Amino acid sequence: MTLHTLNRRTLLKTGAAGIGAAMLPFGLPRLAAAQEALTIGVVYVGAKDDFGWNQAHAVAMEILKATPNVTVVEEENVPETDACAKSMESMINIDGAKLILGTSFGYYTPFMLDLAAKYPDVAFRHAAPLWKDSDPANAGSYFCYLNQAHYVDGVAAGLSSASGKIGFVAAKPIPSVLSNINSVLLGARSVRPDATVQVIFTGDWSMPVREAEAANALVDAGCDVLTCHVDGPKVVIETAEARGVKSCGHNASQAPLAPKGFITGAEYKWETIYTMYADMLAKGEALPNVVVGGYHNDMVRNTAYGAGATPEAIAAADAAIAGLKEGKPIYVGPLKDNAGNVVIDKTYDNYDPYLDGMNYLLEGVIGSIT
Amino acid sequence: MDATANLPPQTRGLTVTARRAAETLAISLGSVALSALLFSVFLLLLGKSPVQFFQLVWTGGFGSAFSIQNTLQRSAPIILTALAFAIPAIIGLTMIGAEGALVLGGFVAAITALPLIAAGAPPLVLLPLAAAAAMVTGAALIMLVGWLRHARSVNETISSLLLTYIAIATMNFFVEGIFRDPASANKPSTMPWGKENMVGAIPGTDVHWGLVAGAVLAVALWLLMSRTTFGFAARVTGGNPRAARAQGLPVGSIILTCTALSGACAGLAGFFEVAAIHGQANASLVAGYGFTGILVSFLARQNPLAIVPIAIVFGAIEASGGLIQRRMGLPDATSALLQGLIFVMLLASDALYGRLPLFREREGA
Repeated sequence: MTLHTLNRRTLLKTGAAGIGAAMLPFGLPRLAAAQEALTIGVVYVGAKDDFGWNQAHAVAMEILKATPNVTVVEEENVPETDACAKSMESMINIDGAKLILGTSFGYYTPFMLDLAAKYPDVAFRHAAPLWKDSDPANAGSYFCYLNQAHYVDGVAAGLSSASGKIGFVAAKPIPSVLSNINSVLLGARSVRPDATVQVIFTGDWSMPVREAEAANALVDAGCDVLTCHVDGPKVVIETAEARGVKSCGHNASQAPLAPKGFITGAEYKWETIYTMYADMLAKGEALPNVVVGGYHNDMVRNTAYGAGATPEAIAAADAAIAGLKEGKPIYVGPLKDNAGNVVIDKTYDNYDPYLDGMNYLLEGVIGSIT
Repeated sequence: MDATANLPPQTRGLTVTARRAAETLAISLGSVALSALLFSVFLLLLGKSPVQFFQLVWTGGFGSAFSIQNTLQRSAPIILTALAFAIPAIIGLTMIGAEGALVLGGFVAAITALPLIAAGAPPLVLLPLAAAAAMVTGAALIMLVGWLRHARSVNETISSLLLTYIAIATMNFFVEGIFRDPASANKPSTMPWGKENMVGAIPGTDVHWGLVAGAVLAVALWLLMSRTTFGFAARVTGGNPRAARAQGLPVGSIILTCTALSGACAGLAGFFEVAAIHGQANASLVAGYGFTGILVSFLARQNPLAIVPIAIVFGAIEASGGLIQRRMGLPDATSALLQGLIFVMLLASDALYGRLPLFREREGA
């Protein structure tokens, strides 16, 4: 009951008047209820229903909410400033959270690292592969290699497309985005050697107007399947559907947005990690500092096939998924970039750190990162 | 003798001031109360308890030492950006470019400090230099808008907004290009300063010194604008620039000075974001503080002194926004809705000034 008394004392001390005392009857039952269960706090950078990155996490949290004795507290639209640190701290101080999940890249340094040092009894986990041995032991990272599911997208797109031209709307030319673009290409070329991926970078994670312009430009350039890597793929998928071309999703399920042309989509399966964390904390076990995975350990998935997927595409995509689960490599070297330089000298395992530094577009991708 | 008899006696001047202050306070509080009432109706329609909502605003904003620090921390950049809007507003300019001056100022501060850190300069040397660089950068940006207004009659609202986009794009261009820390692969940033070179917290709190800087500047700018001949000239210019020019007031230099002060405030906010929060410049600087400042300044009726408490109230609404999401299951937009309601009500209440019989000056009073 230490938390109980602490909060009560703090309230009485700082309330300084009747207002603080008047709040007690309302404030305390919630606090008392919260401490019996494990409270997990999660902070999102955008809206929970963005049809994208944040929704993928929120969907997993909904599954976690069904777990007995787990209370989930959530905040959306929290910017990557000290506001995120204050939100997390508020979850710890006011809600009694024991595990804080930060789902946006910029939350980690310096905010989550500082909080981890300040609150050694609280576990902090962040959704990007950033944790280093020198970081606090109660901090950590988790990440899923979504490019594996994009590879499957590429396979299905290659066999669902008439022209073999796939359009890709991308946010920024950073390694994780480039890996998804290259994986779509390699997936498509595995079933259709003449396939190409044409890419347009919008320059930022959420630029709905530019995403629509890019999607239209790609359709005008002859692409008949569109996919993307932006925070919320809604605009790209809806534009594709409106223009009568097919689409592959990203981050979360966009199937409802494109009843005619949706093929499949690359989706995170964060619930695998989140339920594992909750189970371990319930048993009193320490969480691993780093959790990464892909198809082999059930951390990514492809959206159920939509009306845009042809029977051959479905068969080939299912086979590709089976291959990835067994660890079949995506980057089979040697591979050249689209300027003709050999950038991948040999075949790399799907989790090889060498691939994390990707800064090129492979031969067959039309576009430039500069 | 006859001429002075027409002037209001000293006591009458005081009552007029007091009556004006009471009118402002009553109308402002009335609008806030009315927005709270309307917002409560909205909550009831959603099936949520307004009582719980306002209790949570209190708990999250002021209910504990942690909450108060949370509120103050969030209000620190807003005080500075609100000042950046208020000063040009006093001379009649609607300058909405504080966001751009903040971002560019923060970026210039971040890169100014790097060679100094490399040369081993102590924080007491490099921090003032970086702050000065940020203020000069912000001032230059907003002065450019002021100059365009004065010399070329370019609408300052449009040009300051567009320059904000240019400022953000410039920052992104350099951060993703020549000033990029190679280690910042997935979030391009400049090289980090390191904790030892950053601005610390006010002792005994988590709140950084930007709050104190904002409060001190608010008082200084209030003194400048209301107690000096420069401030008087600025207010005359704001009332009627042509008349001011006809009176021989140096309108051009007043505009340039006020826009420079405005940009310096926003640039200083950018400096504190870098020096106290991020330790480097990156896209996180684009957090919308410049735009929240416009709202706060409007609510303060461009009075630098009133900006401080109003920024703190806004800090509290933002600080409690998370708690409201968590406890009541209301979306993030709820706090924005409340802020918007208060804003509209206060703007609408402008029409009431001079119309309420209670505060009207009576003949022969």
